[in-house]
Amino acid sequence: MKYVSRFYNFIVFAFLYSPIVVMIVYSFNGIKSRSVFEGFSLQWYKELFNDAVIMKSLYVSLLIAVLAAVISTVIGTLAAVGINSMKGFRKKLYLSVNNIPMVNPEIVTAVSMMILFVFIISKSNTLEMGFGTLLISHITFCIPYVTLEVLPKIRGMDNNIYNAALDLGCPPAKAFLKVVIPQIKPGIVTGFIMAFTLSLDDFIISYFNSGSTVQTLSVTIFSMTKKPYSPKINALSTLLFVTILILLVSVNLKQMRDDAKKKGAKK
Amino acid sequence: MNKNSKGLQRAMTAPFTVWMAIFIIIPIALVLFYAFTDANGSFTFSNILSIWEYRSTYIVSIELAFVATVICLLLAYPLAYSISRMKARHQQTMVLLVMLPMWMNFLIRTYAWMTILEDTGLINTLVKGFLSLFGYEFEGFAMINTNGAIILGMVYNFLPYMILPIYTVLTKIDHSVIEAARDLGANGLHVFTKVLLPQSVPGIISGITMVFVPAVSTFIISKLLGGGMTYLIGDIIENYFLGNTGEVNYNVGAALSLVLMVLILISMGIMNRFDKDAETSGGGLF
Amino acid sequence: MANNIIDLKKISVAFDGEQILKDMDLTIEDKEFLTLLGPSGCGKTTTLRIIAGFLQPDSGDVIFDGKLINGVPAHKRQVNTIFQRYALFTHLNVFENIAFGLRIQKKKEQEIKETVTEMLSLVNLKGFETRDINTLSGGQQQRVAIARALAVKPRVLLLDEPLGALDLKLRKDMQNELKNIQQRLGITFIYVTHDQEEALSMSDKIVVMNNGVIQQIGTPIDIYNEPENAFVADFIGESNIVDGIMKEDFVCKFSGATFKCLDKGFEKNEPVDVVVRPEDVDVVPIEQGMLKGKVTSVTFKGVHFEIIVDIGGFKWMIQSTDEQFVGDNIGLYIEPDAIHIMKKSEYSGLYGDFSSFSEEFDELSDVNAGTEDADDE
Repeated sequence: MKYVSRFYNFIVFAFLYSPIVVMIVYSFNGIKSRSVFEGFSLQWYKELFNDAVIMKSLYVSLLIAVLAAVISTVIGTLAAVGINSMKGFRKKLYLSVNNIPMVNPEIVTAVSMMILFVFIISKSNTLEMGFGTLLISHITFCIPYVTLEVLPKIRGMDNNIYNAALDLGCPPAKAFLKVVIPQIKPGIVTGFIMAFTLSLDDFIISYFNSGSTVQTLSVTIFSMTKKPYSPKINALSTLLFVTILILLVSVNLKQMRDDAKKKGAKK
Repeated sequence: MNKNSKGLQRAMTAPFTVWMAIFIIIPIALVLFYAFTDANGSFTFSNILSIWEYRSTYIVSIELAFVATVICLLLAYPLAYSISRMKARHQQTMVLLVMLPMWMNFLIRTYAWMTILEDTGLINTLVKGFLSLFGYEFEGFAMINTNGAIILGMVYNFLPYMILPIYTVLTKIDHSVIEAARDLGANGLHVFTKVLLPQSVPGIISGITMVFVPAVSTFIISKLLGGGMTYLIGDIIENYFLGNTGEVNYNVGAALSLVLMVLILISMGIMNRFDKDAETSGGGLF
Repeated sequence: MANNIIDLKKISVAFDGEQILKDMDLTIEDKEFLTLLGPSGCGKTTTLRIIAGFLQPDSGDVIFDGKLINGVPAHKRQVNTIFQRYALFTHLNVFENIAFGLRIQKKKEQEIKETVTEMLSLVNLKGFETRDINTLSGGQQQRVAIARALAVKPRVLLLDEPLGALDLKLRKDMQNELKNIQQRLGITFIYVTHDQEEALSMSDKIVVMNNGVIQQIGTPIDIYNEPENAFVADFIGESNIVDGIMKEDFVCKFSGATFKCLDKGFEKNEPVDVVVRPEDVDVVPIEQGMLKGKVTSVTFKGVHFEIIVDIGGFKWMIQSTDEQFVGDNIGLYIEPDAIHIMKKSEYSGLYGDFSSFSEEFDELSDVNAGTEDADDE
């Protein structure tokens, strides 16, 4: 039984990873082929870094992701605190509104915002689709994830902690900053990271709301898939994969070390 | 908590309230508005009625997404279960392994399958090469640009979304509940059908939702792996809004989106009822 | 031999290289209420899990009703368990929880209904059939767990600290109820607890364990009055344990004075541990005292005062209904039958001195021990 389940796990993971492995291998291909591998070469990586369009869109993606994550974390965290203090219908209403972008198909969220932007732009002469609309749309779909990440942390916090701060003479706003925020920090950090990665990974929302002047990395990749095959995509994917791998592994190693330390301290 | 601080806390929702009203509520209202008006802004049912034309597209989209969801469920449950039974340390690693591909760009993941499935792609080249060793001529499998390829793309992209919620719910089941069932005479099959499965319903439901919704509304997977041979509802909506291969018509596009939204809401409503039924089976009072 | 229901022979278990049970032998008689008592990590829950079939011992035999059942899985044993946190099936209602085992056995609907009804009245939960598990209080959940285990008519019921999660008042009520149920059904109960009071008030027989080794087996009265070693004396109730010398049969010497006692069979001048319970020490005017000391602390406990007396640097605990005052010099009197002599053991000198005594400290260490226990088992 044990071997059956091990074999099964292996098959599923092979399925999950085979395309990634194929991509990595072919990113080092000496020729421009998807099936034949001939000679090891780094030429696609060189071409990748010389491709101004890709580099520009990578910059846009990172900038949007940082801005969207910061703004949505602020709005979402504040909202979570407020929603937590609500009761009954009001709370349900807010939670439902928060859930709309998570439940709705992404394409519907994307086109509904696009309609709004096009509608506003048609009424003005100066505005156009671009960086602004892209950023707004990203903030919008990131907020709910931050709220839902922070909310349970506030719920789990002892309400008296805040009251104790007031009791000791701390004004409410300061009590919030000095006591509540540190208590819910893990939720805020997770929310921020989620918002950042969701924004970086997004294609559908950007596709409909970026206009023709600004492109995120995803949109650039999409346009590359429509052109003749270029192993540059493989090189780009490999670099992204390695970056993510290093990030995740180091975060996890740190966590494991912290856990080990905690355990050590307890004994 | 005193009244003052409650007022402060309420005030903190202000940015959220304004933002969500403008960028979530109003856009959805606009979708409704566009769906029921013509190009001049006067009321009409013609957009909604014109959707009848696309009934087969809706059906194909639902079919493919349904098959993909079922395959995901069947693949995910055993894996999620076996991970949930591992040592805590190994669980962490395995979850990381499940999540890692998700962190790759969605387009890249899908694109990678093109490389593998193409007529001159990896699989065909390997099989052809292998057969030619024995002197056989082989034309190769027709894999890319089929519905099968679209389903494969859906399963591949969304499988982790099925594994993780099921895994989470399985780890939350107190192991002593399983022991209690064994203690009361339940064998392995009984434990699965009478305890594990009913208790993992919430995870299964959220897994199904997380796979079905993006699958039914996708347009990238059908574009890349279906080669534009099969149109899904997402493709049609995309066309009406961006006009890549036809006329731009926000009104029909809005109507199509509205119907898609309603369909998904209805199916989620049915799912949630199912969840509730399972929890209070045997006719609980509450 | 005929009425022994369970025999454990030379059971040893180790987890991750840590020895949990060492060559344990234990015989459990049919229809008795037996308690495994000891601090966390002593191996009591492990013993229970071996009997239940959730754990295979590394070595040794488990014999049930004369038959070797080492390899028999849990679901084929006539033994059922009440779990620490009840382990109820939250997706089923009260009726279906209790009917679970019966449905597995494919009993007829009518019979299931009868049994469940019978069980519900046994645990005083009539009318709760259709209630959702999550709407029940801790005490009610406990009763459902008991009913569920008893519905399949086990020969032996295993209870793993079943009352740990309940508050004090409820715990006392459930103690009585469990004892009643056991006597009414006439089946064997094996009860695991770290609460000595619970053990004393419910059990026919107590097995005191520490570090995977049985320290003493006996009736509650035996265990309390005739502890085998300093560990048992300290773990069950409060004890003053002092170094002494057995001068000859029925005469011992400790704390600088010579006493009559009821113990014999020791070698002449053998060093021993002497146990005196705090309630067995009488306070007398100083000139009549067999021992003399200075009061260092007095705490009012309701029924009595708890008085700490310094006798030659050793702090004694005395329980007396007469109030004493810190700083007073008092005399102490001990009856011969209040003195209990124990052979020296590995535990000698570890327990029984109240100089660092603090209840709060005791409770703190209990809490810590509790969480570690949860990690291990």
